[in-house]
Amino acid sequence: MEDNLPAVPGGAQRHSVTLTRPVQTLRVKMVLLGSSGVGKSSLALRFSKNELRSTSPTVGCAYLTSVVHLSDVTLRFEIWDTAGQEKYHSVTPLYYRGAHAALLVYDISKRETFIRAQLWLKELEKQYIPGSTVIWLVGNKCDLDQDRQVSVQDGLGLANERGLFFTETSALSGDQVNELLLAIAHRVYECIGVQQGGLSEWQEMPLVNVHHRHTFNPFASCCKVGP
Amino acid sequence: MDGEAPRAAVSWENGTLAPIDRLRLERADSPTPGLVEGTEPGAGQKSAMFVHAQSFEDLTSEAEEEARREADLDKSEGECSEELKLLVGEKTIEEQRNDNFSIEDRSKEEDVSSEAWRSHRKHVFVLSEAGKPIYTRYGTEEALSSTMGVMMALVSFVEAEKNIIRSIHADGCKVVFLTKSPLVLVGVSRTCQSDKELMRELQYIYYQIVSLLTLTQLNHIFQHKQNYDLRRLLAGSEYLTDNLLHRLDRDPGLLLSAVTCLPLASSARDVVSTSLQAAKAKNLVFSILVAGDRLVTLVRKKDQFLHHIDLHLVFNLVGSSSSFREGEGWTPICLPKFNTAGFFHAHISYLEPASELCLILVSTDREDFFNMSDCKQRFLERLNKRSAYQALKEALKCPSYSVAQVGIPELRHFLYKSKSSGLYTSPEFPFVYQSDEEQERLMGLYQDLHSRLHHPNRPLRSFYRCTATENLLAWVTSGFELYLCFSPLGTKALAVSAVTKLLKWIRKEEDRLFILSPLTY
Repeated sequence: MEDNLPAVPGGAQRHSVTLTRPVQTLRVKMVLLGSSGVGKSSLALRFSKNELRSTSPTVGCAYLTSVVHLSDVTLRFEIWDTAGQEKYHSVTPLYYRGAHAALLVYDISKRETFIRAQLWLKELEKQYIPGSTVIWLVGNKCDLDQDRQVSVQDGLGLANERGLFFTETSALSGDQVNELLLAIAHRVYECIGVQQGGLSEWQEMPLVNVHHRHTFNPFASCCKVGP
Repeated sequence: MDGEAPRAAVSWENGTLAPIDRLRLERADSPTPGLVEGTEPGAGQKSAMFVHAQSFEDLTSEAEEEARREADLDKSEGECSEELKLLVGEKTIEEQRNDNFSIEDRSKEEDVSSEAWRSHRKHVFVLSEAGKPIYTRYGTEEALSSTMGVMMALVSFVEAEKNIIRSIHADGCKVVFLTKSPLVLVGVSRTCQSDKELMRELQYIYYQIVSLLTLTQLNHIFQHKQNYDLRRLLAGSEYLTDNLLHRLDRDPGLLLSAVTCLPLASSARDVVSTSLQAAKAKNLVFSILVAGDRLVTLVRKKDQFLHHIDLHLVFNLVGSSSSFREGEGWTPICLPKFNTAGFFHAHISYLEPASELCLILVSTDREDFFNMSDCKQRFLERLNKRSAYQALKEALKCPSYSVAQVGIPELRHFLYKSKSSGLYTSPEFPFVYQSDEEQERLMGLYQDLHSRLHHPNRPLRSFYRCTATENLLAWVTSGFELYLCFSPLGTKALAVSAVTKLLKWIRKEEDRLFILSPLTY
């Protein structure tokens, strides 16, 4: 597979645990959208714990976190892994509203999931504020190359036409998964993080202070005044 | 099945075990267990945790009402209605048989016509009023569209005569119909369960579907488009219905309309409950901590009650989905016995990734995720501080108890339900019932006892049955329901004498086996 990822500046690393470093930690709201069964939950689990498990269909939405260290900033991804099933579509706007990164996931071995991803794109664009969301088209299950129904060109073509980023991944083998998260981290930081009020700072609350934590509203994080 | 075995119904008056006038007095550790609702072992001390109801009757009462309405209609129709019913009955059975023939014809191309498919013990079908397939337990819906069309034709045909089709008995098979507009549910069973029991199971399936979509949404969809394919909206959730059907065959809680608790020292449970009670939020309605299928504690908003059916639907959701193990789940859920019109929003997460302990926080606000997440943190923090978490983890190591602890000879297993608390207790299955088939057989025996006690026309207070493999005794009072299973060596006298002894034992253990003081925020 071609490497479609943007160049990664040196020194960037990804850890699954927070290190105590005197760098700023910024919150990034990321949402995974796509048809049922394309591997959104598996990708999310890879992002969060770098593990793989077969899961039953997601019910509603699952919330996971993942921390990515860039050279001069730490990003705490708050990942909303949505259910692909149609009955939950009415609540999905809750999760993509104000997202800094949106992943449109499809299964390269199922054409209809690619078409569905384009419908999700249309819906996202309705709510889209230019420059506020990094939209990434993700062709998952690239380990199923022999059953491929969506070519790399199709994916790239759509991405270029609509101004999206594009990557093919395999949550099964882990191929390109870390690279994808890192690339998203860079893009989000470059595009949104530098803006005034782009990303809010994450305060690690020790458990003792946990009572006072319920003051922020995650669903309006894009509108927060910057750090 | 057990026709050759001697069978007799014994009955005795409540008064022989305890005079009724004394029962309204204080709960006491007197040797005579209370027999009246509210004083039986396991009865809640403060207030009921669930919606207070004669649970089983509550579940079937709607069907009964419909039947009564139907009966009224019959009367107005005049004397010929009896003849009509007979005619209709004959016709429908004929049609059913014709349908079976047509299935056989297609046997080469589709596996729903295979012998294996037809010999399943219990089929469940859900269809829309336009006759469109929505769910089948076995096979694919597409392959069954003509069968479901016939089912709908039967329902409409009888309805056109201002009547309601309830069941067809033919050829060792019972076909039960439940019309819950805009859905029609059909059960086809080869088991010896009564119509009422089968109807109850269909009700559960109906509520399962409503809990995913709400009745308001269902009605709205079918008002707009009568032949809408509901499978689109239920796609990916069929496993919930499958699992619920599996539970109906195996879980005594669904039979008894009750839930069981994790045995836990009352001091530890109190700490867990108060920790949960303290972790409250404005829109939080129910906080439920479960260990597998066992309730650890439940805290509810004042004046808001959870119905046991809703709780079983929550259990089914949590138990069927592995997705809550990865991160925190947040999902809309309708609790149909609470309100069929709207969604609650449930925060569902395990206390630890590998733990059996799952916390369910039910809120009314769909944007409440972080508040609920925060409630969970506060709960965990308190739990750890008061070292109750360790006690809880210890209790998880022995989630049940052996029947030997009761010390009644020849007693193999029992179910005891306290009616006022809606909770039941039951020991683990002994060695003879280790296999899945044996456990389902025992459940079948309990189902039989249950349906005899709750017979719609001839309810019984007690029932004794002796078969080649078990001696069974069932007893129901206004306070409790008790089902006992003895080895074939047991006798009726032994069984009857065991009741008092068992009730005394349960009274002694009640603060460990039951939740006696349910809390509100």
